[in-house]
Amino acid sequence: MAQPRADAPSKIILEGSDLHRVVDRIAHQILEKTSGATGTVLLGIPTRGVPLAHRLAARIHAFEGVDVPVGSLDITLYRDDLRMRATRALGKTELPPGGIDGLRVILVDDVLFSGRSVRAALDALNDIGRPSSVQLAVLVDRGHRQLPIRADYVGKNIPTALAESVKVTLTEVDGSDEVRLIGGLS
Amino acid sequence: MIRHLRSAADLDAADATLILDTAGEMASLTGGREVKKLPALRGRTVVNLFYEDSTRTRISFEAAAKRLSADVINFSAKGSSVSKGESLKDTALTLQAMGADAVVIRHPASGAPHRLAEWVDGSVVNAGDGTHEHPTQALLDAYTMRSRMGRLDGLRVAIVGDVLHSRVARSNVLLLTTLGAQVTLVGPPTLIPLDVAAALSEKTQVSYDLDAVVPDSDVVMMLRVQSERMQDSYFPSAREYSRRYGLDVARLRKMPEHAIVMHPGPMNRGMEIAPEVADSPRSTIVEQVANGVSVRMAVLYLLLGGK
Repeated sequence: MAQPRADAPSKIILEGSDLHRVVDRIAHQILEKTSGATGTVLLGIPTRGVPLAHRLAARIHAFEGVDVPVGSLDITLYRDDLRMRATRALGKTELPPGGIDGLRVILVDDVLFSGRSVRAALDALNDIGRPSSVQLAVLVDRGHRQLPIRADYVGKNIPTALAESVKVTLTEVDGSDEVRLIGGLS
Repeated sequence: MIRHLRSAADLDAADATLILDTAGEMASLTGGREVKKLPALRGRTVVNLFYEDSTRTRISFEAAAKRLSADVINFSAKGSSVSKGESLKDTALTLQAMGADAVVIRHPASGAPHRLAEWVDGSVVNAGDGTHEHPTQALLDAYTMRSRMGRLDGLRVAIVGDVLHSRVARSNVLLLTTLGAQVTLVGPPTLIPLDVAAALSEKTQVSYDLDAVVPDSDVVMMLRVQSERMQDSYFPSAREYSRRYGLDVARLRKMPEHAIVMHPGPMNRGMEIAPEVADSPRSTIVEQVANGVSVRMAVLYLLLGGK
């Protein structure tokens, strides 16, 4: 799809403090919907889903003192657009020591868009083990789904045009916390 | 990323590091999981074209391609039209017509992969050509060194034996110097002509005295002495070669505490390497074979995975 140019106008949707509040809310929702996050594993999708998963685990620990195992799940080799682009470098896949069999896996990603990354993640999970159920937590849902996929926990819904893009930056990866809408603005 | 892997010289430091990093991910992806298969090369065809005998390299490439879900066709010159006199070019055109996305070739003639790359559209991977190169062996050696020693930059590597005829040595010198290691070639003068050493890399040192090199090496890589060389009088006798250039227990003790012993296999136990040394915990020989699959998965993925 067409990416907006780098110098396209952009607007801040969430600032650092907003982003922290949103993460706190998702952590609370997870605790609520999973009766205290028992039997639960958080798997972040690289790149930015991984620090988000760690933040959620830290907040859950701060709220209720529960330690939720955190891991990462790289989906590069499962992408459906693998051979339409130049070869990509692989991200890290690290499963928590207890594995995922029989547990509730919550996939964590920064932006939910077409749903294709989530489909790839579900395929990757399938090769790794058999969770009892799989849920999805995203910081931003920008719409325009191309597959029948929805999120269980959404930080913020941002209505977008296809020509726009949503850029999430996180301190761990980019040096600052921010969500920005780029391009297509009046 | 490059399209063919014909020589270790095709790789700059960035590409080589990308392959080693990807190999690390491949190893962690296939280790200890339910389904040891990844869908990245589904629907792609990899042909193993082997004009020379090989066990570990062919099996290693086959396992790598299959773990990435590619279809694998094994072709060995014995029992094929090659024994009826078909030329490499005609075989290449046949493979081309069958739609091979990659051809992994081992050939007794140096330079065969370079010719092949002119005739087929797919990627060509050199799995050993004559006395020229064996780049994936060098990559798996570098991967093994990096995972054991933690780095390659500044690492002191001694490559010992028949450098003149060794494609493993040639590829290793090219790759290791690209990645910043200091390579010393060790062996009898008949098997390390100075012009060969200089042509490989100006940064490479040459020594004819193994005892002098061993205490200052982080890695000692032994090369196989090919039995056919013994008839060609490159050295007086097997016994003399073994005494001067074989790695025995006494020499192992002179190596630094952290140093490792490598061998590309197949070994001549008691000739270039003593059995006690080959089986010691400091030898990485079995590890090298296991790493070979991960490294070849990385190479196939990076050459074929994208557009």
